Amino acid sequence: IVNVKYKNVPLVTGAGDQTLFTSFLTSLAQQLPREPMEWRRMYGRAPKMIHLEANFVQFKEELLPKKGNKALLTFPFLHIYWTDCCDTETYKTSVKEDMMRWQNSLRAHGSVDWVIVVVESNDSKKKNKANILPRSSILDKIRSDFCNKQNDRCVVLLDPLKESSRSQDSWNSMLLKLRTLLLMSFTKNLGRFEDDMRTLREKRTQPGWSFCEYFMVQEELAFVFEMLQQFEDALVQYDELDALFTQYVLNFGAGDAANWLGSFCAPVRNWGGLLLRRPIDMEKRDLIQRGEANLLDLRSYLFSRQCTLLIFLQRPWEVTHRALELLHNCVQELRLLEVSVLDGALDCWVFLSCLEVLHRIEGCCDPAQLAANSTHTVGLWVYAIEKLKSLGDLCGLMSEKGPTSEDLNRTVDLLAGLGDERPETVNSLQSPYKKLKEALSSVEAFERHYLELSHAALETYQTIGRLRSARLIGKSLAEFYMRKGDPEQAEPFLKEALKSYVSEGWSLPVTHTRKQVAECQKLLGRTDAYLQTSALLAGDVNLTTAERQHFCQEILNFPGKSGDKSNIVTLSMDNLTHLSRINFHPATASVHSGAALEVELILQCLMPMPVRIQQLAASIYFALEQVGTNGRSKAAQRQTSGGTVEFPRRSSSAAPPSSAPYVSLELEEIHDRSPTDNSLNSTGVVCKNTHLVIRRHDSSSPADTPSNLSPAAVTMKEGAQMLKVHDVTLQPGTNSIMFTAPCGQPGVYMLRQLYASVGHVQFVLPHIYPSVQYEVYSQEPQLTVEPLSEPLLAGLPQTVKFTVLMGHYSLKKGDALQFSNTETMPILPSSSCTAHIRNPAFSCLTSLTRLVLVGESVLSIQSSEKVTSISLPLTPPYHTLEFKLEVLCVIPSGSDQPNNERLTNGEVRHRPLIYWFHVDKLAVTSSACPQMSIDCPWSIYSTLLALTFYVPFKTKHSLLSAGNRSYIQVCVQNVSDINFKLADMKLSEKQHNTSGARCLCKAPSKHSVFCLWEVRWKDNLPSCLQCVFSTDFSPLNQDVSLFKLFHHQFQLERVTTLYSVRAEILPPAGEQHCRCGLLCKLEVFIKRLSEPAEGEMAEESKTDLDGLKTTKLMYQVADSNSNWAVCGKSSGLVSMPVATGSSQKMQIEVMPLFAGHLPYPRIKVLKYLPHTAGVFNQPDPDSCMENDSLSLLDDQVDTASIRSRGSVHSVGSSDHQQKGIAMPRLDSFGPGEVFNHSHMQQVLVLPATDDHIMEVNAT
Amino acid sequence: MAVCIAVIAKENYPLYIRCVPVQNELKFHYTVHTSLDVVEEKISSAGKSIGDQRELYLGLLYPTEDYKVYGFVTNTKVKFVIVVDSSNTSLRDNEIRSMFRKLHNSFTDVMCNPFHIPGDTIKSKAFDSIVSGMMVQAG
Repeated sequence: IVNVKYKNVPLVTGAGDQTLFTSFLTSLAQQLPREPMEWRRMYGRAPKMIHLEANFVQFKEELLPKKGNKALLTFPFLHIYWTDCCDTETYKTSVKEDMMRWQNSLRAHGSVDWVIVVVESNDSKKKNKANILPRSSILDKIRSDFCNKQNDRCVVLLDPLKESSRSQDSWNSMLLKLRTLLLMSFTKNLGRFEDDMRTLREKRTQPGWSFCEYFMVQEELAFVFEMLQQFEDALVQYDELDALFTQYVLNFGAGDAANWLGSFCAPVRNWGGLLLRRPIDMEKRDLIQRGEANLLDLRSYLFSRQCTLLIFLQRPWEVTHRALELLHNCVQELRLLEVSVLDGALDCWVFLSCLEVLHRIEGCCDPAQLAANSTHTVGLWVYAIEKLKSLGDLCGLMSEKGPTSEDLNRTVDLLAGLGDERPETVNSLQSPYKKLKEALSSVEAFERHYLELSHAALETYQTIGRLRSARLIGKSLAEFYMRKGDPEQAEPFLKEALKSYVSEGWSLPVTHTRKQVAECQKLLGRTDAYLQTSALLAGDVNLTTAERQHFCQEILNFPGKSGDKSNIVTLSMDNLTHLSRINFHPATASVHSGAALEVELILQCLMPMPVRIQQLAASIYFALEQVGTNGRSKAAQRQTSGGTVEFPRRSSSAAPPSSAPYVSLELEEIHDRSPTDNSLNSTGVVCKNTHLVIRRHDSSSPADTPSNLSPAAVTMKEGAQMLKVHDVTLQPGTNSIMFTAPCGQPGVYMLRQLYASVGHVQFVLPHIYPSVQYEVYSQEPQLTVEPLSEPLLAGLPQTVKFTVLMGHYSLKKGDALQFSNTETMPILPSSSCTAHIRNPAFSCLTSLTRLVLVGESVLSIQSSEKVTSISLPLTPPYHTLEFKLEVLCVIPSGSDQPNNERLTNGEVRHRPLIYWFHVDKLAVTSSACPQMSIDCPWSIYSTLLALTFYVPFKTKHSLLSAGNRSYIQVCVQNVSDINFKLADMKLSEKQHNTSGARCLCKAPSKHSVFCLWEVRWKDNLPSCLQCVFSTDFSPLNQDVSLFKLFHHQFQLERVTTLYSVRAEILPPAGEQHCRCGLLCKLEVFIKRLSEPAEGEMAEESKTDLDGLKTTKLMYQVADSNSNWAVCGKSSGLVSMPVATGSSQKMQIEVMPLFAGHLPYPRIKVLKYLPHTAGVFNQPDPDSCMENDSLSLLDDQVDTASIRSRGSVHSVGSSDHQQKGIAMPRLDSFGPGEVFNHSHMQQVLVLPATDDHIMEVNAT
Repeated sequence: MAVCIAVIAKENYPLYIRCVPVQNELKFHYTVHTSLDVVEEKISSAGKSIGDQRELYLGLLYPTEDYKVYGFVTNTKVKFVIVVDSSNTSLRDNEIRSMFRKLHNSFTDVMCNPFHIPGDTIKSKAFDSIVSGMMVQAG
């Protein structure tokens, strides 16, 4: 049986000379632990430095362990034999024998851990001088006698009483030897022990194996480790035992019950809690050893040992963790093993244990350390409170009436199980035992202890920042107070908890806590708050319908209870209903003043039953904003389209608060333009409501405090405009409520607040956001004129639509539109001119405004010389009047216009209404924009009306000649989209007789009609012809009688053919045809065909050489296709006599470059105008150069050389030089003045002589 | 298997919470809510250590007599809480970890859904079925 003495050290025995041994005893005991030794251990465990201590005792046979005794604590680990014999004889006679006996008894017990110390002193030497033997001889003898192989088992100690270094050294080496041997013994014996233990553990599956036995064995090892101060290793042993036991319990749960476990399932009769004040709880240990311990005993004992070791290891916080784990575990294990326990006994055990652990920890830590580590202890505190609370419940200490007799009996039973107080704590005033006993003794004491513990835990939680846990404790405190009938105390705790749950959006706890708050508020008589809470609860979907109806009824019944009629309670609208949508009819939310506008409120009623509302009203803020005539202010345009404003679902109490700010971004495009030229500098997107979007969300602000309704916000202004309905019943769910909005004064009406009054409770929505507004505008009358068909064609009657938007003006009798007449655009009188009066009506179906015909009347049109007056029918305001008129735009006649343009160039245009567009030389497109001014009855100003008419035709004319004959071609192109027919096309000369052709032809859209006239003249042709082309036209599908006239005037000059040019190519001499590469002759004949006109005479006949009038012509032969090479002169001057029939002939050498039918080279004839004398009077420094270029021209003219196209270009370049004043000029003839006979004529050119021989070899 | 599985947003409101049996729902709500204290404690203490790879699994948050509460926090500070019956001794740490991993994967899938608005409560059949698979079968 283990020695109860706590401080255990290993045993070392001393045999032999006892006086010698006792003389060294103290110094040995002191000096052995002085230096640490490295302990190398088996099984690969890490080596450790340990200080060895030993209890030196006299050797006795009984100390040696008997066979089978596994006790380690009493095991002597080393045996020492002491001798100072230096005399061989003595040795032989007595000492050797004694040693033999010692050795034999050791061997008999299987102990091999021994050492022989031989002490030598000078004194002893001196004493035995007579019989001198070398001292080594005794040593040698001993060694040879006993330590045949182990020389280290014999140690010499020299002169231990002397202070010499020699003796000191020998002393130290002896100590070292002792330590080494002691360690070796430990290793060996512990190893053997562990092996045995392991073998025993392996037998655990065999029947008859006992956990308690094994427990004792392993604990022995733990004790040894503890003895060696190896607490870590000791703890491991207990942890292994713990784990083993746990595993068995779990196996039991899994259906695999070990036999030995039966004893642990014994009913629990004592629940005195843990006992941690003793190092070893011998009572419990005895129980375990006897196999009589129950689960709690074993667990308690194990934990007390673990606790002791952990505290040695200075790990008190691990104790608290393990304690909590243990307590939870024990409760579970007892349940699992189905151990019968008295109700509440476990609660007592846990409570006591918690407090015991806490006391134990407090005992070994200073207060500062405790405070800093309250995280670790708070769990135990809370567990203790929990258990105390359930004990209180069980024993009727929490009920208002106090404990019943049954409760008292139970209390007595529980107290009995606590047993007597442990002797350790009998004298302490605050022991867990006393606390529990006291708490269970009376209601007051219980209350005091419970509150004390709870408040302490609450504060601890608050200090360590576990606020949620603190609130939960607070809530259970509140529940306690409520049971005690003290709502005053409970309220702050509940409110605090509620706030926390609301802010973090935990709906179920919110509902639960709010219900408690409601109860509390009802008891306290806080009517407003209670109603507010009731409203929230009535709309809470987490509650059952019955509960919700109860709370709803509380609100509805409120006025009945309240005697004071003037007392009106104001609550937030959010509790009653949620405004989800506002619809406007019409959807534009913009009406003219006096019109009907309906506002539809879509409300989601949260109440569980229909609620009758006496009055539902929305207050309106009116702003006299200037609204544009035709529509909507900027603000209104921002509003959501379709006349609907959606209200995002505000967070109800259940929804997470973070998702509450559903502020949608209001983005707007911006353009930054340069102020000078309006060019775009930058563009971007701006958020217009950053103040809402980037607002800091105050997480602490509760969402549903009724106090945020300031009284000012809820007072309804009397006399202010309002949307109001009386006596509506809100059904649960979606409700639609229609209001008729006031639309008197023009301006912007903004919906600000919403009120609903139910009896004496008023629900207020203090701010409607996003803002909702509608507009009432007043519109000015407006006249618009637009063509019925696009484009308008000039020359034909066209229909134009007139629309009058009446606005606020109403047409009275006699009101008329006055048109100022213009010549270019008369209004055609029409018999069937009807006006339609329409009314804009809103269609609910399509949500669009559509015009509905409300009336028709015939217009009377009166025309005077200057003014056409149209009398308008009576029309109410905000209606639309429509009518159509036919107008005709006179086609402006043709070619005068360009001349006029030219004439008036630089002046203010007199006729700005006609535009001519010069597309190309001949093609002319025209349009006309006649303007007309209209006087309206509602305005003193005239309205200018501008319409653009397009001329449907485009004409081209050209002069063609053939020999002596001349022809005029006129092309009429229909540019409009309408198919026309043309009739009676005529061409007439202005002063002279006309020639024409009456015919009918079709001119479909985008097609052209060509007409050709030959010009014949009896006398000499005038040089200038003033022609007028005219045709009748009408749309193809119309009657012939509706033909309109179209004119085209033009002027033709130089109509007469002056010269005919004839060319001929002659093959080289002897050849029948021209041949490629051979020079041919090109003969050009120029013949004068007509008498010169007067103008020509005056202009050209100055070059009179020999009395005969001549004109100089220049000819050019040019071949643009590179078919011909002109050899020699390509151009030259000829003098033509100005007489009919005179002719000239030129010969030019040309060479065909290709074979085939080649077109003739082009022969160009130009007027050569020599420079006039007057231009020479300014000597010019550049004249040399110009003379050079002139000479170059001459040179070109004279030089006979092969001309390439480049030379033609150089001649062309001389065209530019004609502009030089001192230069002779070349002037081209008009289109009909020269007739070229050989134009487009071709000549056959044979290939050059075939020099190519093709060799064909046939093999 | 779990008796309660909760997903809690960064701002500490519940995104998803499911319990069996349903009668204990309120109690579990309180338990999970209170466990946030420990989650925050653990996160802040983990933040102090300069661990390059933050451990998402927070381990046992706190044991009660009847339940064990385990925590897990994603990199976006979304918290997962799994409550396990204390009597269920077969569940080891590794199994809890793998439950969290599965939960995390499924949660990531939910977040990847373009129709899911981050911050909204989770309404996903796939997530539901994953959670159901980890819950104690009711009945």
